[in-house]
Amino acid sequence: MTDFSVLIFSAFALVLLGAAVGVITARNPVHAALFLVLAFFNGAGLWMMLEAEFLSIALVLVYVGAVMVLFLFVVMMLNVDLARLREGFWKHLPLGLGVGLLMVVEMLLVVSSKQFASLGAGMAPAAPGGSNTRELGLLLYTDYVYPFELAAVILLVAIVAAIALTLRRRKDSKHLDPSQQVRVKAADRIRIVAMRAEKDR
Amino acid sequence: MTFATPYLAPVYPEIFLLTALSAILMLDLFISESKRFLTYAYSQLALLVTAALLVMGASGHALSTFGGMFIDDPMARTLKLVAIVAVSFVMAYSRTYNQSRGLFRGEFYVLLLFALLGIMVMISANHFLVLYLGLELLSLSMCALIALQRDSASASEAAMKYFVLAALASGLLLYGLSMLYGATGSLFMPMVANAIASGAADPAILVFGLVFVVAGLAFKLGVVPFHMWVPDVYEGSPTAVTLFISTAPKVAAFAFFIRLLVGALGPMVSDWQSMLVIVAVLSMLLGNVTAIAQTNLKRMLAYSTISHMGFLLLGILSGSLAGYASAMFYMVAYVMMSLGAFGLILMLSRDGFEADQLEDLKGLNKRSPWYAFMMLLVMISMAGIPVSVGFFAKLSVLSAVLDAGMTWLVVYAVMMSLIGAFYYLRVIKLMYMDEPVDESPLVAETDHRVLIGLNALAILVLGIVPQPLIDLCMASIGQSLRG
Repeated sequence: MTDFSVLIFSAFALVLLGAAVGVITARNPVHAALFLVLAFFNGAGLWMMLEAEFLSIALVLVYVGAVMVLFLFVVMMLNVDLARLREGFWKHLPLGLGVGLLMVVEMLLVVSSKQFASLGAGMAPAAPGGSNTRELGLLLYTDYVYPFELAAVILLVAIVAAIALTLRRRKDSKHLDPSQQVRVKAADRIRIVAMRAEKDR
Repeated sequence: MTFATPYLAPVYPEIFLLTALSAILMLDLFISESKRFLTYAYSQLALLVTAALLVMGASGHALSTFGGMFIDDPMARTLKLVAIVAVSFVMAYSRTYNQSRGLFRGEFYVLLLFALLGIMVMISANHFLVLYLGLELLSLSMCALIALQRDSASASEAAMKYFVLAALASGLLLYGLSMLYGATGSLFMPMVANAIASGAADPAILVFGLVFVVAGLAFKLGVVPFHMWVPDVYEGSPTAVTLFISTAPKVAAFAFFIRLLVGALGPMVSDWQSMLVIVAVLSMLLGNVTAIAQTNLKRMLAYSTISHMGFLLLGILSGSLAGYASAMFYMVAYVMMSLGAFGLILMLSRDGFEADQLEDLKGLNKRSPWYAFMMLLVMISMAGIPVSVGFFAKLSVLSAVLDAGMTWLVVYAVMMSLIGAFYYLRVIKLMYMDEPVDESPLVAETDHRVLIGLNALAILVLGIVPQPLIDLCMASIGQSLRG
């Protein structure tokens, strides 16, 4: 690793960590969401350095472009009650710290193991001019074309189900249909009912 | 890089079904409410053509395509045909029920066809990934179907329960499959079987994965101890959907068992055999005993399903070709009986009234001798009394278990069937010996009368001459699994 790439890596990594801390400490949920966007961007940068350019761009396009925008909309529209969200922070802190510590220890164990050190050793360097977008595409559209199509069908089911389960035509909306108004006949407006005469007592 | 077009001939039925359902989805948008019958007719037509393509493409040997991910063998073709016929009957039986309950919508038919596609994908899967995708396609469509009656609280509750538990089961299954992948290094089922047979895979990881796979499978089939969703979902869903859930997806679950346990994990037969014995024993006990206490007909049939599925597992766990064929025969018989039972509940229901209590069957013979006789045939078949297909189904499964040398299991299964006979015979007693509570006349469409007649006739005829169906099951299992 050259000095320059170490510098870039450190920059990405530091901003990523800072943004991640920002996500959980920011008081305003919109700020937290924006910090998450920043974290995604830096993660994408790290992937780019690992020559995983397809994943990197997909992360920016899908998560930053679509998922986070949706998050922001939800946060802004739902008007989250902040005071209630912060309730019980101190109560749950010991448990959270415990779980966090456990994860740190696990990660240290994995990183310090022998298998981890020899992980990248057997891999041939990527051919110059090679593109993993192309490689992924070739695999996805040839060997895995059948599962790929099936995944597409599942998405179609999701769309149909979501619309079938949520679309409601509002009965109380006060819209007028001019053509019906024009075609109305006297008989539609008033109905004459034959009744037996009743005597007043 | 050139792309060789896969050999598509074996996949024609699936391709046609997908194209047709997309077309129906589009057409339905432009059909006015009063002509909704067209959607129904097109869906039936799509099923007919799919079945025709399936029969025309039949050949006596196994074909595989998409690099071996898709397999088309005689067993797959028979099972797909059963599933298509079952879905067609579901659509026909539920037509008037749906019309009176606001379910006569394009989405109902499209989702049914999606579910059928998932079933067909699962039946033909030869790769873990494809199997899982087919399963999700089926589960998600089923979940949407259950919830389709949005304003019914019980349907929403049932859908929620099914969704959460199905997700949990999928997680278990995937975890097991990932263990198998880790141990054998392949997702292709024949290669997994080869790796296990050669002894190269770590047995500890394999058994660990197997436990999770069996748990996931048991959930899908709805057997103890993963049966909790069955009664609630059967009772909560609209009866038209219950009718579907209790028939075609069971075919897929059977194929799932055969493909995974026999196809991929065949060399581990002694490991999964003992697991299935426990599951089958518990299912038959709990299903039959709990069914006695039910007053709701749909709930009673749900518990009876649990016991039937336990019985079906007996055939699979005997671990022989004859055993698998008997389980397949049992499954086809069960689909017929379940279609008949839930179909009759649909026909006895009317606008704003669900005939889902045992009370509602009282004195049915006085109100409609024809329906009462049909129900009688279905019930004696479910109880396994001779001159019905249910008797031969139980007989063939039991003889396979006897051949496997598990005499105690045969004795136990017969005792459980005797307990089960009680609640089936109680239904017959209610219909023939009690006075009707509900005197309203029963009106039914001609096609319903004819179809339910055919359905019950099939139960009766196959109970007298079961040999053709047994031979068909033997032939398709034999040709598919021997190689």
